Amino acid sequence: MAAKTQNPKAWLFVLPVVLLVAFNALIPLMTVVNYSVQETFGDNVFFWEGVKWYEQVLHSERFHASLLRQMTFTGIILLIEVPLGVAIALAMPRRGIGVSVCLVLMALPLLIPWNVVGAMWNIFALPDIGLLGRMINGMGIDYNFTQQPGAAWFTTILMDVWHWTSLVVLLAYAGLRSIPDAYYQAAKIDGATGWAVFRHIQLPKMKRVLTIAILLRFMDSFMIYTEPFVLTGGGPGNSTTFLSIDLVKIALGQFDLGPAAAMSLIYFLIVLLLCWVFYTLMMRHEAQ
Amino acid sequence: MSEIRLTELRHSYLANPQTDADWALKTMSVDWSDGGAYALLGPSGCGKTTLLNIISGLLTPTEGEVWFGDREVTAMPPDQRNIAQVFQFPVVYDTMTVYENLCFPLRNRGIAQADVDRKVREIADMLDLGEMLPRRAAGLTADGKQKISLGRGLVREDVNAILFDEPLTVIDPHLKWVLRSKLKELHQRIGTTMIYVTHDQTEALTFADQVVVMHEGTVVQIGTPVDLFERPQHTFVGHFIGSPGMNVLPCGIEDGRPLFAGLPVPTEHPIAHRNGGARLEIGVRPEFVSFAPEGIPVDIVRVSDAGRYRIVDARHGEHLIKLLVPEGEELPSERAHIHFDPGHTQVYADGWMVN
Repeated sequence: MAAKTQNPKAWLFVLPVVLLVAFNALIPLMTVVNYSVQETFGDNVFFWEGVKWYEQVLHSERFHASLLRQMTFTGIILLIEVPLGVAIALAMPRRGIGVSVCLVLMALPLLIPWNVVGAMWNIFALPDIGLLGRMINGMGIDYNFTQQPGAAWFTTILMDVWHWTSLVVLLAYAGLRSIPDAYYQAAKIDGATGWAVFRHIQLPKMKRVLTIAILLRFMDSFMIYTEPFVLTGGGPGNSTTFLSIDLVKIALGQFDLGPAAAMSLIYFLIVLLLCWVFYTLMMRHEAQ
Repeated sequence: MSEIRLTELRHSYLANPQTDADWALKTMSVDWSDGGAYALLGPSGCGKTTLLNIISGLLTPTEGEVWFGDREVTAMPPDQRNIAQVFQFPVVYDTMTVYENLCFPLRNRGIAQADVDRKVREIADMLDLGEMLPRRAAGLTADGKQKISLGRGLVREDVNAILFDEPLTVIDPHLKWVLRSKLKELHQRIGTTMIYVTHDQTEALTFADQVVVMHEGTVVQIGTPVDLFERPQHTFVGHFIGSPGMNVLPCGIEDGRPLFAGLPVPTEHPIAHRNGGARLEIGVRPEFVSFAPEGIPVDIVRVSDAGRYRIVDARHGEHLIKLLVPEGEELPSERAHIHFDPGHTQVYADGWMVN
């Protein structure tokens, strides 16, 4: 083998990317790591604290409660949005003018800025002037999301389902469209029932896009901030204070930079771990 | 088992067909006898697949009826018609093993597991899939998958006919031959009617006892490979089958004899056709054109060697005539005369054979 030519100038060409990644990811992350092991009272004075903040966060009942709320919320919306999205995608027309109409209608919620979604639903659900709030109360059900934790959860989940089911629909629909007609024709000739067609043709063909849909919905919902912040502000009480809202309260409300940094890193590791678990579970057949 | 009859069939994909071109299939009546091996041959877009899908029930014809024996099935869905179909691209159920794939059509019909198992193993052996039964179907090669598609049709005891829609398209060339002989062998063994759609004349002629040639939505000829070769009913058949295709030359008729460029062309029988303004042509295959001491004077334009024979392009005026000359035979110098074999020279009016 010929000796490798070394040309240090090559480093110049990768420098822009190195800088970009550094400023974009590495430096902010290391700053957070830096904060998470120290105590500061301002004036740029720091004291070494080791793993104290980590221990504090992991033992904090407040953190446990937020994490539990977060997991419950994410679990509920995944259980609703994924089957609902698949069902809608299955019901959508496969050809003709209806396809474009449905796609545009489905894409609309995704185009609305998140804080606008929160504001819309806030007004929509207000018990005295909101259309939804008035309607529910009109049916004789006492509903006030600004005061009842149950009503607040119901509204938050409904809002998220409205906002994000479309994403699952679009991905599932793309998966369905990639199935050649011959599969449906062969299934007809084999005498397959509608359920068998779904179970053995449509679901396997949608598996990859559904994996992406579930991962995206998991990550996004696990880090949800803007919409519930605008809708409920985390209340009533702490009932809809999810992890991100709690984190912002600690970091910017109480200015506890150390614990907030430790919590950020734990939060990040949880998301990473759960993504890995999801992905491994869904792809385990693929490897065989 | 029963014969398949199509009566006065016509189909259009449009809701409101107006002109002739709107019809994917023009009015036709075709009988497929029980146990026959048929090929449905024609260029892409001629309506072969449409016709096949009407037989299997994936499409309902706009007009006409489909009969299986004495049962009218025109509006019946595919699963009640006792039809198996193999598609261009192999269809396997990815999540299932080869064994489960083969069981699928039987289980859907509620057949007892013991019978399913016996039948599946029998068919798997017939298709040389026996060792692959426990494997996941998704991992097989294209020809293996196509065998599974075929196997799902074969396991059913009630199958009237097996339809093939260009099944060898995605198979490697050296395996095409193997699979085709397998099909032929299966046909002899189980005797089910087989209808094989293809645009490849070699596939059609080697597989079928009867070849149905289609062109622009019409059946132009049904016949044995020999019929198609020696007596093409339509100039399209002459062109499409044979390599190179038939020579088609404009002609006139005088006293029952065709005239090409003012020279009489001898035919077996006198031509009864009266020239009523139709476009008249004579057709003769290159195999039946030979050099002769006298006849039609031509210039030799080009000679290409095709191994066992040579293809000679000869020109008379503006008309190009191809002829085949066997290997080793002397070629005349540039100017020569050619002769058409009277027994294999046909006259066509507007494309259709006269007599």
